[in-house]
Amino acid sequence: MNKVLSGALRSALGAVAIGALLAASGPAFAADPIRIGVIAEAQAIAGASIPQAAQLAADEINANGGVDGRKIEIIGYDNHSSSADSVRAFQRAVNEDKVNAVIASYISEVVLALEPWASRLKTPFVTPGAASNEISKSVHADYEKNKYTFHGYLTSAALALSVCDGAKDLLVDKMHMKTAVIMSEDAAWTKPLDVGYEECLPKIGLKVLDHIRFSPDTTDFTPIFNKIEGAKPDVIITGISHVGVQPTVQWKNQQVPIPMFGISSQATNETFGKDTNQAAEGVLYQGVSGPGVAVTPKSVPFAENFKKKFGNYPSYAGYTAYDEVYYIADAVKRAGSTDADKLVEALEKTDWEGTIGRVQFYGKDDPFTHSIKYGKGLITGLMLQWQDGKQSAVWPKDVAKVDIKFPSFIKLSN
Amino acid sequence: MRAFQILIDGFAISALYALGATGFTLIFGVSGVLNLSHGAIMVAAAVAAWAAASVLNVGTYAGALIGVGVALLAAFATYFAVVKPIQDSRRIPNEEKEIFVLTGTLLWGIMIQELIAYFFTNNAKTVLPIVEGVVEILGVRTPKNEIFTAIVCCLVIALLWLLVNRTRTGKAVLAASMNPRGVTLLGLELTNIYIVVWAIYGILAGVAGVLLGMFLGVSSYSVGPLTASAFSIVVLGGLGSVSGSLIAAFVVGYLETLTAYLVSPAYRTIPALLLLVFVMYIRPQGLLGRR
Repeated sequence: MNKVLSGALRSALGAVAIGALLAASGPAFAADPIRIGVIAEAQAIAGASIPQAAQLAADEINANGGVDGRKIEIIGYDNHSSSADSVRAFQRAVNEDKVNAVIASYISEVVLALEPWASRLKTPFVTPGAASNEISKSVHADYEKNKYTFHGYLTSAALALSVCDGAKDLLVDKMHMKTAVIMSEDAAWTKPLDVGYEECLPKIGLKVLDHIRFSPDTTDFTPIFNKIEGAKPDVIITGISHVGVQPTVQWKNQQVPIPMFGISSQATNETFGKDTNQAAEGVLYQGVSGPGVAVTPKSVPFAENFKKKFGNYPSYAGYTAYDEVYYIADAVKRAGSTDADKLVEALEKTDWEGTIGRVQFYGKDDPFTHSIKYGKGLITGLMLQWQDGKQSAVWPKDVAKVDIKFPSFIKLSN
Repeated sequence: MRAFQILIDGFAISALYALGATGFTLIFGVSGVLNLSHGAIMVAAAVAAWAAASVLNVGTYAGALIGVGVALLAAFATYFAVVKPIQDSRRIPNEEKEIFVLTGTLLWGIMIQELIAYFFTNNAKTVLPIVEGVVEILGVRTPKNEIFTAIVCCLVIALLWLLVNRTRTGKAVLAASMNPRGVTLLGLELTNIYIVVWAIYGILAGVAGVLLGMFLGVSSYSVGPLTASAFSIVVLGGLGSVSGSLIAAFVVGYLETLTAYLVSPAYRTIPALLLLVFVMYIRPQGLLGRR
């Protein structure tokens, strides 16, 4: 305990959110705890929910007696959104804190930096929020070496599909939109996303008029919106995660008359409303779950408990991180051991109904080995919209609560 | 149409740069301090204004005032906790003091940056604009807030000019920038002048930070780039020259805007930095530098 305590203290600056040491209460535990290292961007909107959600899941599991009498212990590390810090944290988690598995990061660059370390240190590793296709492609390319990595969130390719599926029903069929401009930040995860968009948007009937990739350091979006407006599209299809607040606020302040629809990771967190002074109003974004959306019977209770404990609803990576702790625990139980290779085998057989749908992983022969499966009955994602300061599901029909509505400055062309 | 767009956008951003850089150059001109915590102080002001208005719900105006107040406090803290102890130290040789001040303020800036990231996350925040909505100017849909930003920047700079050139205190400040020893011989306490200058600096950085928060938004990541942009504007204009900084701010602001519109937003800052390198070659003292 002492060691863990000092570890936690060392990383205390930032990992406070983890509330790490709550665990000691509850039933008496005999054996060694199952240790899960959580490396995350504790200071970023999307990342902050990761350690919090993981701790919530661990607390629940422990309150119910743990896994075969072993309790789950979460050890948190703040990576300051840096790959180098993450690699150091991963090494320390494995070598000093003796974790059995690692949950880490929503940033693809970070996850791609950690993947070889999961292989070298033979430690099962799941990401709750990175999207790059390369993560699971690497597992496919060299399975024996990279089999320790699992992609616990949709790949960029699947995200593009999810956005297109939503856009077909909402924008093309209902609102008769015909044209789009893609606006995405320049990052590892958007490369395959853009390829996916370029491919699936024309198929659903949205002609891509222009494609703007911008640096994640961009602060003034006026020229970008200006260029987009010049192309006169019906909709802006977004691929943004590192940025979010600034383009959204400027979109509103400049009254850009075109709706935004797509991936906007920061918009998945409830704090986005305050951070943008409610400029988020009308923004349509893809999510895997959302407040008040009963994707599965577990979604709403999780979101509510999270809010009760931490004061806001979780970001998308909170839902996945919560599920990950559960299915790692489930895999330990099925494997009857925390041995890395046995754990990998058990994780591959995961069939877990979580908060975002039914989680299964693609197998060795699929090009996206160890990525979660996309599709009906598994995980399809949803589209949500910021309306009246709240996040509401608008797609698919079975979970949609409201119809799309836009602020008055949006001028629909049809 | 596009030309007007560039003209209008460029003006607002240049005015903001000018305001940000003026305080920075003033401090250098008067006390020889290159304050590398400049960006951190601006961000602190914006984040404080955001937190006051959006979390504590004190309202837009009170929020903006609190933002400026926080910058003022941060400026005094920088002077009294970092700069003055180094200047007064007998253990640091005089010729090394500048380096110590540079390092000290840099570290101080990083401390402020980390505190902001810790308490308010490193995601961008935007201050609620004092005026909302848009107007058409020459066919360009311009946010009223952008016009407001430009007007306030120009007003504050004009006030500063009046203060420096038309008041006794201002003249003392000006004198100190020209000949510190001469000022002390006239019976003026140099420390008092420094305090006045840091107060002016705090207000300038605070107003610039809050306006930036309203106009574009800031995050703890903005700290480095903001310091760097003020630094390059000031070097381009000539270290310590307020009018040089004003000209340089507009040169950089328009160059960036032109690049963003005509080339690509991704290359926005590059031409201005190349210009800086070029000017350093042919005129190391900057456009209006004295040395």
